[in-house]
Amino acid sequence: MDAITVAFAALYQFGDAFAFLVLSACGLAVIFGMMGVINLAHGEFIMCGAYVTVSGANAGLPLPLAILLGALVSAAVGALVERLVVRHLYERPLDTIVATWGLSLIATQGTLIVLGSTMGGIGTPLGSFQIGGYSYSVYRLVLFVMAIAVLAGLYVLFNWTRFGVMARATIQVPHMAAALGVDTRMVYSLTFALGAGLAGLTGGLYAPTMTLVPTMGTTFIMEAFVTVVVGGADVFLGTAPAAVILAIVKSAMTSWQGQLFGQIGLLLAVIVVIRVLPKGISGFLLRERT
Amino acid sequence: MNALSRFFARLEGPQTIGRGPVFWVGFLIVLAGACSYPMFSDGYTVGNTVYFFTWVFMALGLSLIWGYGGSLSFGQTAFFGIAGYSYGVLTLNFGAAYGFTLVAVVIALVIAALAALLLGYFLFFGRISGVFLGIVTLSVTLVLERFMAQTAGPEWAIGKARLNGFNGMSNMPPLTIPWPGGDIILYPDVQLYYVVLGLLVLVYLGLRILVNSSFGNVLVAIRENPERAEMLGYDIRKYQLGAFVIGAVLAGLSGVLYTSWGQYITPSSMGMTAAALPIVWVAVGGRSDLTATLIGTLVVLSGFQALTIHGAQYALVVMGFLLVLTVLLAPRGVILAAAGLLGRFGKSKRGGA
Repeated sequence: MDAITVAFAALYQFGDAFAFLVLSACGLAVIFGMMGVINLAHGEFIMCGAYVTVSGANAGLPLPLAILLGALVSAAVGALVERLVVRHLYERPLDTIVATWGLSLIATQGTLIVLGSTMGGIGTPLGSFQIGGYSYSVYRLVLFVMAIAVLAGLYVLFNWTRFGVMARATIQVPHMAAALGVDTRMVYSLTFALGAGLAGLTGGLYAPTMTLVPTMGTTFIMEAFVTVVVGGADVFLGTAPAAVILAIVKSAMTSWQGQLFGQIGLLLAVIVVIRVLPKGISGFLLRERT
Repeated sequence: MNALSRFFARLEGPQTIGRGPVFWVGFLIVLAGACSYPMFSDGYTVGNTVYFFTWVFMALGLSLIWGYGGSLSFGQTAFFGIAGYSYGVLTLNFGAAYGFTLVAVVIALVIAALAALLLGYFLFFGRISGVFLGIVTLSVTLVLERFMAQTAGPEWAIGKARLNGFNGMSNMPPLTIPWPGGDIILYPDVQLYYVVLGLLVLVYLGLRILVNSSFGNVLVAIRENPERAEMLGYDIRKYQLGAFVIGAVLAGLSGVLYTSWGQYITPSSMGMTAAALPIVWVAVGGRSDLTATLIGTLVVLSGFQALTIHGAQYALVVMGFLLVLTVLLAPRGVILAAAGLLGRFGKSKRGGA
């Protein structure tokens, strides 16, 4: 009985860490994997999703709809940002980092000016259940299921739909795809909006579990960066396995020494991994395959 | 005379704008102005100018790493913090007697250099480049900030120095120079101004020599095309690591000077916002030239301070817009773009005559 309790606690912690890493990273990973662009305003898209979700829920929308609204608004903002800024910088990936950082600065401080330093949150829904004397939040299980669902949804989107085929053609050989009639600019635009929308979804999903402050994006980006760096450019062969490995590291370190050491563990893991596998796990896997 | 002209020749080269007698006369005039400036001003304003100067070292270091070496690092504030905290811990434990503060400066810079060497080894010898370098260094900075922010408890103390978590450390002694007739304590006033100005001139000229030396030329070759530089037989990892460590030491110098200037340091000096500011200064002025970086940093800093009167959030929004617009409209930096325009204008005038 006791062994089961311990095993479940460990599994629960792993699932929690895994969901957090996958959801934090997926938007960043989609944009990076497809376009080679790192969106440093990623955390601010998450914040945007969270704020919209909470506003929607406070206005009376049911939570799932509010979360969806958060994701859609983030996606729309993402499309706008792509049109105004990122589109002009595809030839200069380093400058994209710098420009999106400027956007992140504007978004964080702008939110602080317009909406103040905090916003009333909503409680975590769905209550809790008990196993062996410990109580667990049901909502965390929902988050884990959502992380799996997002990965599955992305797999379907990129492999089984017309958009997926055009997007993969565009990353492989852009000018060839363009010659075959794919509107590559449109594909980039949609991909960026998709990444921003996923970030908004993450923000919406985590909004009930945390306090809403303009700097809440920074809570996510460290994990997102680390997962993308360890994973490499492919969402399925990179982000997912990287999240599994890092979730083990993080949950083990967290239950041993606390949250901060979970993050330090992540950071040390990433520094060692890049020394051994500079192109991340997906680079390693793909090289093995070909 | 011959030695002097050879010295000037080493200060000039393809990697820096500004050469010839006109530039150096201008340089001397500016320097003379900077030297006589405290006579026309009050102690507070001079202390404030020192505050501006302390940041320039970090910006010049970033210019070397990013502008010349082509590796975008967000880690400058991490080394700033490491050196600043080291200075605080050392001087709070050992005091300022017998010129120990100067020893503490050296030790703090060595610690920053070792940290940069360790991190840089994993990054450059793992052949991390481009966007990944940026996000890994940013992650390191953010984790360091969070680590320092949670050191509030009494168990987080090194010797007599409490780290104090988010509130940071304070009351460390300012820089003190041992002197026969009584120590010279460098409060943020005229004396510290001259010391920092002297350091600034030394670092600026030293970096000019460095980037125009073969080291600097190889660094620029790596920025332009890493594969080509490697095929020409240079171990690019060593050059990049070298630039990274030198840049980190300069960031550390900023950290130490800042800590002794205000006699405090907090984890937020390593946070997300703090890490963004050096990027703004360097990008706006013109990252690929030391002089442009120097002028740009001072201009942006004074603009930022003028705006902060209306609220720090507004000033940061303006900084964000400045950064985005610079990247979109003048990717090489405002000062370099202006210098390029002037140069073209001058040439066409001469061509027409």
